[in-house]
Parts: sequence; C-alpha cells; structure tokens
Amino acid sequence: MIPETTRTTENSGHGDISTGVAGPSGSGDSNASATRITPGNALRPEDIALEVRTGLAKPSEEVAEYALRLGDDALILAQRLGHWISRAPELEEDVALGNIALDQLGHARSFLSYAGGAWGKSEDDLAYFRREHEFRSVQLFEQPNGDFAVTIARQFIVSYYQFELYRRLTESTDATLAAIAAKAVKEVDYHRDHSAQWILRLAGGTEESRRRMIHGLRLMWPYVNELFQDDELTQRLAEAGAAVAPSSLREDFDRLSGEVLKEAELEVPDVPAAPGGGRHGKHSEHLGYILAEMQVLAREHPGASW
Amino acid sequence: MAAQNLQSVPAELSPEELSAEEAAGKANFDRVMAEDSRIEPKDWMPAPYRKTLLRQISQHAHSEIIGMQPEANWISRAPSLKRKAILMAKVQDEAGHGLYLYSAAETLGQTRDKMMEDLIAGKARYSSIFNYPALTWADMGAIGWLVDGAAICNQVPLCRASYGPYGRAMVRICKEESFHQRQGFEILLELSNGTPEQKQMAQDAVNRWYAPSLMMFGPPDDDSPNSKQSMAWNIKRFSNDELRSRFVGMMVEQVRVLGLTLPDDQIRYNEDTKKWEHGPLDWHEFQEVLAGRGPCNSQRLERRRQAHDDGAWVREAASAYADKQRAKQSMKTKEYAA
Repeated sequence: MIPETTRTTENSGHGDISTGVAGPSGSGDSNASATRITPGNALRPEDIALEVRTGLAKPSEEVAEYALRLGDDALILAQRLGHWISRAPELEEDVALGNIALDQLGHARSFLSYAGGAWGKSEDDLAYFRREHEFRSVQLFEQPNGDFAVTIARQFIVSYYQFELYRRLTESTDATLAAIAAKAVKEVDYHRDHSAQWILRLAGGTEESRRRMIHGLRLMWPYVNELFQDDELTQRLAEAGAAVAPSSLREDFDRLSGEVLKEAELEVPDVPAAPGGGRHGKHSEHLGYILAEMQVLAREHPGASW
Repeated sequence: MAAQNLQSVPAELSPEELSAEEAAGKANFDRVMAEDSRIEPKDWMPAPYRKTLLRQISQHAHSEIIGMQPEANWISRAPSLKRKAILMAKVQDEAGHGLYLYSAAETLGQTRDKMMEDLIAGKARYSSIFNYPALTWADMGAIGWLVDGAAICNQVPLCRASYGPYGRAMVRICKEESFHQRQGFEILLELSNGTPEQKQMAQDAVNRWYAPSLMMFGPPDDDSPNSKQSMAWNIKRFSNDELRSRFVGMMVEQVRVLGLTLPDDQIRYNEDTKKWEHGPLDWHEFQEVLAGRGPCNSQRLERRRQAHDDGAWVREAASAYADKQRAKQSMKTKEYAA
C-alpha cells in the first residue's frame, strides 16, 4: 500500500475539529485531495470485477455476504445523497454532497463486484435485480434526507462509523476487502471532516439551525445501535481476521463523535433505539421506494447493456 | 454550457467625455484589442464592454446551474452503477463550472448573491435548451453528444476571449466538456447497438434534441445585431451561422458512426461556400422558449428557487457561525494584547 494509507490508518484521532485542519496526530493531510492521491494507485471497481472474472480473487460465501452488507450500505446512501445534487443550500454543497455520493457509490461498486464473485453475479445484477428483503444494508442508510440538518446528522453518524470500520478493515486477512478499505478510509476521512464542520456550524449558527440540528440528530440516533450489532457471521469472520466485529467499533465511535458533539455543545440524543434488522433483510418502509426508483429502468430492459 | 446571445449594448462614450485617466485606460484597452491580448479585472474597460461580459458570463454560469437539472433528473434511475457514477460526476462538474464562471463574473463587480437573485427573480437568462425535458435515459446521451457538443463549438473560441478570467475559466471548462460529450456519444453508441427498444430510444432522443441544439448558437447572423460589437471586442470570434455550420458538419460524420440519423433531410455541404447547410429551424419556437414559454421554464426556475429558499437557513447559520468565530478570535487577540 502507498504510504498515505499507512499514515491514515495508524491514527484514530480526527485532528482539530474546530478548524477542520487535521493536526499532526490527525488522520489526513489537510492539503491533500483524495482524488489527487489516488490516481495510479486507485483500486477501481472494474479492477475488482476483472480479478473476480479471471479467478484472481474469489470471496468465500461468508466474505461475500459480508461484502454485500457493506456494499449495500454504501449504495443506498449514494442513492439518497445523489438527490441533493442540484438542490443543495449552496453550490459548494452540490459539489461536496455529490463528491460524498460518488465516493460511496465507488465503495459500493467495489464491494458488490467482489461479493458477486461468489455467486457469478455482477455489481449491476446485485444492485438492480434484488428485492427489498434481499438487501443487507442497515436502516440508518435508507433514512430519508429530510432537511440539510437531517442529512448532516445521518452523514455524521455514517462517516464516524465507516471511518472506524474501514480503518480496521485495512488489516483484514482478505486482501480484497483490505484493499477496498484502504481506498475508502481516506475518502471517508474527508466525509467525517465535512459532517463535523457542519455539525459545528449548524449547532453554533442561528437559533433555527441549532433547533434543526438537534432535531436531525434525534431523528437519526435511533438507528445508531444497529450499526454495532454483531451476529454469527461477523463473529466468525472477525475471529478469522477477515472482518471487523461491529461491536468493537462502538467505543471509538462514541468517543470521537462525542468530542464533536461536545464542541458543538450538543447532547448525545436520549432516544429509544430502533430494533434494526437490515442485515437480515428487515427494512423500513423507505427502502421499497428507493429501489423502485433505482431499479425501474434496468428492470424494464432485463439483459440489456448500457 | 451555451454561450449566450448578447443583448442590446449601449452606445460608447465619446472620447471628450473621458477623463485623462480614462483616456490612458482607453488607450490601453484599444491597444489590447488591436494586439488581441488580454484585459484583466483591474484594467480600465469601457462600461458597455464590462456590461456585455457580465451579462454573458453570468448567463453562462446560470446555464450551467440550470443545466444540472435535466441530468440530475436521471441520477436516481441510471440503469447501471457505472453510468450512475459518470452522470453524478458530470452534473457535479457543471456545478463546478457554474462556480468558476460566477467567480469570473464577480471580477467585473457583481456579487454571486446578486446574480443568483436575478436568476431566481426571472430577470436573468440562461440557455433556452435547458427548458426542454429530459424524458428518457437516451436523453443523457443526446444531451452529452448534441448539447455539450454545440457548447464546445461555441466555447473553444471563447478560450481566447479578450477578458482574461473568462478565457481562463473556459480552458478548464472545455476540457471537461469534451469528456461530457464523449460520454454522451458512448451512451448513444451503446443504445444504438443494443436492443431494438434501446435503439429506438436513442433515435427518439436525437430527434428531439437536434433542432434545439442547433438553435443554441443563437439567431441567424442577419438577425443577431450585437454579434458585430462582440467580435470587435475579441469576445466572440466566429458568427452564429459559422459555428452552427461547423457543428452540423461534425454531427453528420459522427451520427454515421452511431448508426442513427439526424432528423433533417436538407443537410448538405455547399461546395461554393465550403459550408455545411441544414434545413429551416423554428425560430418562433426559439423566441417563445426564450420569452419563458418553453416546456420547462417554470419548473426549472421553481426548482432553483426552492433549493435557494430551502437553503437560506443553512447559509444564515454558516454566516452567523463565522461572525461568532471572528468575534471570539478578536477577543482572544485583545486579551493577548492586554
């Protein structure tokens, strides 16, 4: 792996959140751009699909199930975030949210291309031709965008969770998962910075923005618990060193997201947790609409190439 | 995307009305025009030159921003994940183009907020092509191939525009636009070689976008009174009809590779004039759309207005936060000084 990756993954802090500039112990170079670092070294979904097709990489059934989970999370979030493009509060946010959506879509494509290797399916077979109960994303990712504060609340939780997950997944014994995570963690570091900056601004901006930020966090927080639930699959894979046990991320997530909330003078919302179940195909009412829209054209022309 | 048609240009001041400083500035301006070099933001420039550029650049910026909508319309339904990624990146590029162009326009003395206000109030124009609906996935191909293709024909000469910030913004924009055009061509090629339904979808989209894209070059030369002044100022380099003719020539070649046809049986190469000719265009429709009576005028503006209004509290929060941070900073500085 390239040195930047190592630098990112060795650290668990998040720099100086009040300025958005990563400090010496922070995880990322504030002058660096994710897109500038990666060309040449970037692992593209097409590369993974090629490795899968040529038999260079083939996930076990269980690793594929795990990759499907992470891929579905990223795909559903990309679909949600894509809606903001041309609707954001500022043009700069059209670009920023578009970037985050693109990063998530890239991660989704990589994970799904890899997962599909176990079942002879392509990323598109998995994205477009599965039904609601076959999706393995947790429910946080399918929550509606709401207003900008709701979107930021969701993104804040997601990026602090994904950063801890991918940081550890770079050590996976599964080389493909480790490689996807190594690329993703650098990008998610920027997502973390983006959402933390907005948490501070909205919480410390006007009365209205503070009220909306608190509301957004309260709306999203019931879905936090599900992110950290272990099950038999993650237990077995974590023991084998291929996956990360979700429960092992909780402490760092609480600590680091808590630091941002504290700086923003916000409380961790005291709301009942939703039962979740997305990893086993139990979803909210929202997912059906997301899939109906996402899949409609592909399903009108099954077998067609685009 | 589209370079704009110039509106009426006020008459220039006579030399005796200019002060000595202005006279020196004017001499510099005239020299720059004669040498075909560049005017920069701090240089003196005639008020009508400034006004013309401000209008053209801001209209161009508005076109990028409104132009995001017909394509954003298909992000959620893109039929493969790769196409979804490409489309997202493309629409994101357009937001970026809007940002460069608003910045270039700001160097002429108007704020982005004011330009945005004018757009939302319906006082500013944007390219009328974006008032047509993007009905099928093939429209993503046709918009890329025809609309971005026409934009490139218009914009490549603008890279040499006499106003520095505009010309430089256009260099970067043109590079990205050429990617956009290629991806549009590729979408159509894939559809054309796909199922009969896909091919029909592609042909239908080309049929609908062909004439509007030809009209992007603006009215015929004999009906484009401001072009002459704009050419004298080295902003515009070629006439509307000249650019349109070149564009038709390029499309005639490319449509063959696509295995599709252009909905115009009067396209021919005129050996005498050495120019491509095309069938008649419906300029009445063009004027109607320009006047706000197009298929999507109201929808496009309303969407922009809504995004702007919905985002007001966010912008207010960001600016209140920045004020508070500045106040804190100056308190710290004072404490330190004491």
